[in-house]
Amino acid sequence: MPSADEVKTRIEAAIPGAEAAVDTADEVHFSATVRASAFDGLSRVQQHRLVMDVFSDELGGSIHALALKTEVS
Amino acid sequence: MSENQIRDAIAEAIADNDVILFMKGSPAAPACGFSARTVAMLEALETPFAAVDILPDPRIRQELSALSSWPTIPQLFHKGELVGGCDIITEMYESGELAEALGVQPPDDAPADAPAGADPAPAPLGIENRLN
Repeated sequence: MPSADEVKTRIEAAIPGAEAAVDTADEVHFSATVRASAFDGLSRVQQHRLVMDVFSDELGGSIHALALKTEVS
Repeated sequence: MSENQIRDAIAEAIADNDVILFMKGSPAAPACGFSARTVAMLEALETPFAAVDILPDPRIRQELSALSSWPTIPQLFHKGELVGGCDIITEMYESGELAEALGVQPPDDAPADAPAGADPAPAPLGIENRLN
């Protein structure tokens, strides 16, 4: 099971210039706020997909849900 | 209907309707809290929208998500593009972006915070025929 820190590190490693704040109560449901300059010019759907794609192997498995808020930095 | 026919019918519905919401239940009787909230936001903006209930056949959701690359329900489309699910729509409603994206003038009495939506009715008990 990933920790909130691992989720944060992976988002920040995958998306250039990203800053993530990640919360989890149970290490299977996560909520994250991600700010990134890479989001500029993208729709929210595209912003969310960028983050979701980082966890495509785990979503539905070791990560049940990732609630997201994205912001352009 | 085959999976392909379902996917074509979904693509056609998205192409034919400027604003279309794929949801659990109907706008009058939403079967899930997220669908209910999304309906309530569209109604608060008084924007007309088409709605498709994905519950009657599990293949509708399967084909919709394959088409949109978006895993969850509801899904709101505007002019053929996925705008988002409930979280994105809530954020956009509260920032005013939703009205702007849909090209509507929010009514004066539209609440600033996203409306909560009706209590969802329980989903109808689905009996799936796995024999054919």
